[in-house]
Amino acid sequence: MHNTTIEKYPPQIRRDIVRMVHDAQSGHPGGSLGTVEFFTALFFKIMDIDPGKFSVKSTGEDTFILSNGHITPVYYSTLARRGYFDIRELATFRRFGTRLQGHPSVHDGLPGVRIASGSLGQGLSVALGVAQGKKLNNDTHLVYTLHGDGELQEGQIWEAVLYAGAKGIDNLIATVDYNNAQIDGKVDDVLSLGNLKAKFEAFNWKVVEIKEGNNLQAVIEGLYQAKSLTGKGKPVAVLLHTLMGYGVDFMQGDYRWHGKPLNDEQLEKALVQLPETLQDY
Amino acid sequence: MKKYTYTEKKDTRSGFGDALTILGRQNENVVALTADVAGSVKMTDFAKEFPGRFFDTGIQEANMIGMAAGFTLEGKIPFAATFAEFISGRVYDQIRQAVAYSEKNVKICASHSGLTVGEDGATHQALEDLGMMKMLPGMTVINTCDYNQTKAATLAIAEHPGPVYLRFGRPKVPNFTPANQNFEIGKAVILNEGKDVSIFATGHLVWPAIEAAEKLEAEGISVDLINIHTIKPLDEETILNSVKKTGAVVTCEEHNRFGGVGESIAALLTNKLPTPQEFVAVNDRFGESGTGNELMHKYGLDTEGIYKAVKRVLNKK
Repeated sequence: MHNTTIEKYPPQIRRDIVRMVHDAQSGHPGGSLGTVEFFTALFFKIMDIDPGKFSVKSTGEDTFILSNGHITPVYYSTLARRGYFDIRELATFRRFGTRLQGHPSVHDGLPGVRIASGSLGQGLSVALGVAQGKKLNNDTHLVYTLHGDGELQEGQIWEAVLYAGAKGIDNLIATVDYNNAQIDGKVDDVLSLGNLKAKFEAFNWKVVEIKEGNNLQAVIEGLYQAKSLTGKGKPVAVLLHTLMGYGVDFMQGDYRWHGKPLNDEQLEKALVQLPETLQDY
Repeated sequence: MKKYTYTEKKDTRSGFGDALTILGRQNENVVALTADVAGSVKMTDFAKEFPGRFFDTGIQEANMIGMAAGFTLEGKIPFAATFAEFISGRVYDQIRQAVAYSEKNVKICASHSGLTVGEDGATHQALEDLGMMKMLPGMTVINTCDYNQTKAATLAIAEHPGPVYLRFGRPKVPNFTPANQNFEIGKAVILNEGKDVSIFATGHLVWPAIEAAEKLEAEGISVDLINIHTIKPLDEETILNSVKKTGAVVTCEEHNRFGGVGESIAALLTNKLPTPQEFVAVNDRFGESGTGNELMHKYGLDTEGIYKAVKRVLNKK
């Protein structure tokens, strides 16, 4: 499927992220950097997808719904690197006239995107519609979602969690980027999620914990484990422990990088830490 | 004036429910969603005949809208229905992002709209929904007047690609439009041709508008009477042709005067053909408990209210 070894993607996607956000002087680098291994594993290893035949309709392939829409830098870089569109288009991120809107849109026709997100809390519900639609179509492909942990403070998430558990939607893998960071500070300080694993289990979900969410092999193994739990009458949640800003020392673990662009000097410092493993856009 | 009669009163929501069951038989991609009010929105027959394509979320309107958007990704045509207030204001952000901005083929079906919900009071009386929905780019907004028209509209929107807000109601009202009519989205229905005043009515106000027109015609006032079932896209051509003849306008709707069809028509006329206009609508306030008839009378949304509005506008000509 790919000539490039999968390990080459994370550093390159991180280079894309910091360059895109720096170029645009806006965007969300923190959560993007933290979920690079997840996106790499999902798009280059786990999902059965065909970028060349992309359609807004998701029939006949695995389907990914990005619920925490603000992490477009990692999403767009991954889509481009996976072949959904030319990597040179990453240079248009957030610029006037771009298909790479600040938050994902369908309206602008960017291949890879099937639903708009940005206003938080909606993606799990959308995924439930897709998952049940696949069942009606006798399609055994899976539906994957990604959510921020802060996003789980939204009430609609718990509507969907309740529904999925009660109805046994078992072709769904919902991943939570469990980095304990949101705009105003640590999730534990702003509004703690408490025992998240126990909460999902109480709602009749199976839970997989990926302790090393920034270790590519650990993420791949964890997602395979999650996959093995599908089709057994329960939805599957993945608690993906990551570090916001992972891979750039001065950004790592600092919630203040949620939505702040790098300046010229910071970009230079970041790029030194991120080898150009594939070609820059 | 052309004579309109009816043999029975029926609720518009039953027109929706009966059409949905027909759609279920015609198209296996049609799925139905509701949030714990299947009986009230007349989805019970569909649920019984197609249990695998019926999804009751329980009391989760936001989740229901998201799910409906998701179903479209798998080629389904979701009809999501609950009370108008709970499928408009309560989930406006979900509709805006996951349906309208995402250009999804979701049919948002709003029952129990307006004052005629009656005794439940203001919390349940959606009087702002048309305005909210018409402000969303790409949204088609329809408000039907009787059982037959609601049935026809429900069948028609299944064939229309893109998001639709279909508004109907709870009470039994005169069922006077033809059975098995062809419903053309965006094409107003001319009920009577006249030259003195244009009455544009939508939804439950169409029948009182007919009664008012009969009374006015009996007094020698010639009424151009038009059923504006599609609020967006507005049938500008039919409206302008009417107003060119009459030079006076009365708009009638079970909605706040702000955001409703009267406002849409006023905006059109301001640009193309400035004309005196009277609004038969709720004057920027919430509703209250009472029977539907009591409330419609109190707020002037009845035959008498329309009649008086015509008299007022004729004085402005």
